[in-house]
Amino acid sequence: MLRVEGLTKRFGGVDAVSQVSFAVPEGAIHAVIGPNGAGKTTLFNLITGVYAPDSGSIRLRGEEVAGLAPESLARRGVSRTFQNLQVSMNLSAIENVMIGAHLRLNSSLLAAMARWKGLAARDRAAREEAAELLAFVGCGAYVGAEARSMPYGALKRLEIARALAAEPKLLFLDEPAAGLNHTETDEIEDLIGELGRRGVTIVLVEHDMKLVMNVSQHIVVLDYGKKLAEGTPEEVRRNPEVIAAYLGAENGEA
Amino acid sequence: MTVASPRTPPLSSRAAAWASARAPTFAFAAALIVLPSILPNAYYFDVAIRVAINATLAIALNLLIGYTGQISLGHAAFFGLGAYGSAILVGEFGWPPGAALVVSAALVGALAYVVARVILRLEGHYLAMATLGLGVIASIALTNEVGLTGGPDGMSVPDFSILGLRVAGEKAWYWIFAAALVAAIVLAGNLVDSPAGRALRALHGSQTAARSVGVDASAFKTRVFVLSATAAAIMGSLYAHYEGFVTPGLAAFPKSVQLVTMVVVGGMASIWGSVLGAALLSLAPELLARFEGYETLAFGAILVATMIFLPRGIAPSLSARLRRKES
Repeated sequence: MLRVEGLTKRFGGVDAVSQVSFAVPEGAIHAVIGPNGAGKTTLFNLITGVYAPDSGSIRLRGEEVAGLAPESLARRGVSRTFQNLQVSMNLSAIENVMIGAHLRLNSSLLAAMARWKGLAARDRAAREEAAELLAFVGCGAYVGAEARSMPYGALKRLEIARALAAEPKLLFLDEPAAGLNHTETDEIEDLIGELGRRGVTIVLVEHDMKLVMNVSQHIVVLDYGKKLAEGTPEEVRRNPEVIAAYLGAENGEA
Repeated sequence: MTVASPRTPPLSSRAAAWASARAPTFAFAAALIVLPSILPNAYYFDVAIRVAINATLAIALNLLIGYTGQISLGHAAFFGLGAYGSAILVGEFGWPPGAALVVSAALVGALAYVVARVILRLEGHYLAMATLGLGVIASIALTNEVGLTGGPDGMSVPDFSILGLRVAGEKAWYWIFAAALVAAIVLAGNLVDSPAGRALRALHGSQTAARSVGVDASAFKTRVFVLSATAAAIMGSLYAHYEGFVTPGLAAFPKSVQLVTMVVVGGMASIWGSVLGAALLSLAPELLARFEGYETLAFGAILVATMIFLPRGIAPSLSARLRRKES
């Protein structure tokens, strides 16, 4: 599904991401972990087109997509959520989800003004689907709400519903559990597992180790922009370098 | 993702929803139809026409500013260029007014497209400066191209006629501008409540999020800019024939600021707000005339008070208060 090779991005003199390579097979749930500032979000932003890489290749089902804009990647089945909430607060909750269906709807301005045949009916159907997606991610109570009136935890799920409305083949979740309490984190964990069973390929960045270990089949560990290790949760958990990076060298070796 | 097939509400309830959504538009159209019977003379018709023109322009500008979040401080340029397009094509070249209107609108639309491709990459204050510059250039060009435009003295414009029917007099024009306003309300309402309109509003809220699900930000900003500019050009053409005279002031900065003020005071992202803002700002000079010499001061005080007490603009602030009372 996704193959990243030698990906590098420099900000000034800092190598935010340096020579990172990994592959994600179709239907897998992968996680990218690492200490704060390890380059996880930068890596996500490179793969989802927010930044263009300085060098390296990103192949999506064999096609080179490095440097493509986010909207072009969306057309190729890539969708994502954001670590810092990106919700249109001027829209209602359900409209935020409907935006996810943008590419499947007639988005011509002239057709809209003329109420082109079928346009309103398709939009009604999209609204129904969005309501069901909101319920699916556990935001059923907010179907009639304005986005700006929703609590943080619900907005995190709203982002997932929006990403799902795009019917992605490859879904990137950037810290889906950040700022959530235990119960909410457990719910997000169930949700990710359910998405995996439905066949969505998922890559997530997450600090909550319990969540990462429980849901992912494969983990890539970053440190100072470089890939430190990768493997199954069990392998990563036992890797002395990973332990050192997380706990500090002295403790790790002890 | 598999989702259950959507339930379609019964036709009767949809018809009821349609009727209730359209009720304000029908009521407004009915009021416009009744209005002429209570307007005492041509002066009042003229005032009503100016309100309708400004309201239509404000709605077009609100699509850009209020809904999409893109400032334009030079929108009067498109209005002015549309007006001069008709004035020159009809007055100098003897074109039929209908064809001149269409061609002027198309030319202004093409100009807006080229400009948009360049300046809509800018954001915030930089976009404001660029559109301001555009307005200044347009009004300087209209002032200095004396051979074509008559320069600062302006030029006269023949009457509007279509298929041999000549439109003349305030009463005839009233119906044309009233129809244009109702059309703008309906078309803008349709646009806002559609996938395209949602994409525009989503760009205002979070461009990053909208792009991540496939909204082509620069394409949508360009389209709404062209749409808004073309609508302004059409109104400019009609205005030129109505007034019978055009001057470079039509495209000048004060007119652009007046339009933005109507949008902001009436309410960003509110179609009825634009109508209200345009009515208030067009009528205020007439109503405040009795304050002789202090009308500008009174006008400024009204604007400041509106922004302090109704910061989201008149229509959205009031409707939010009503909703709060109901619940």
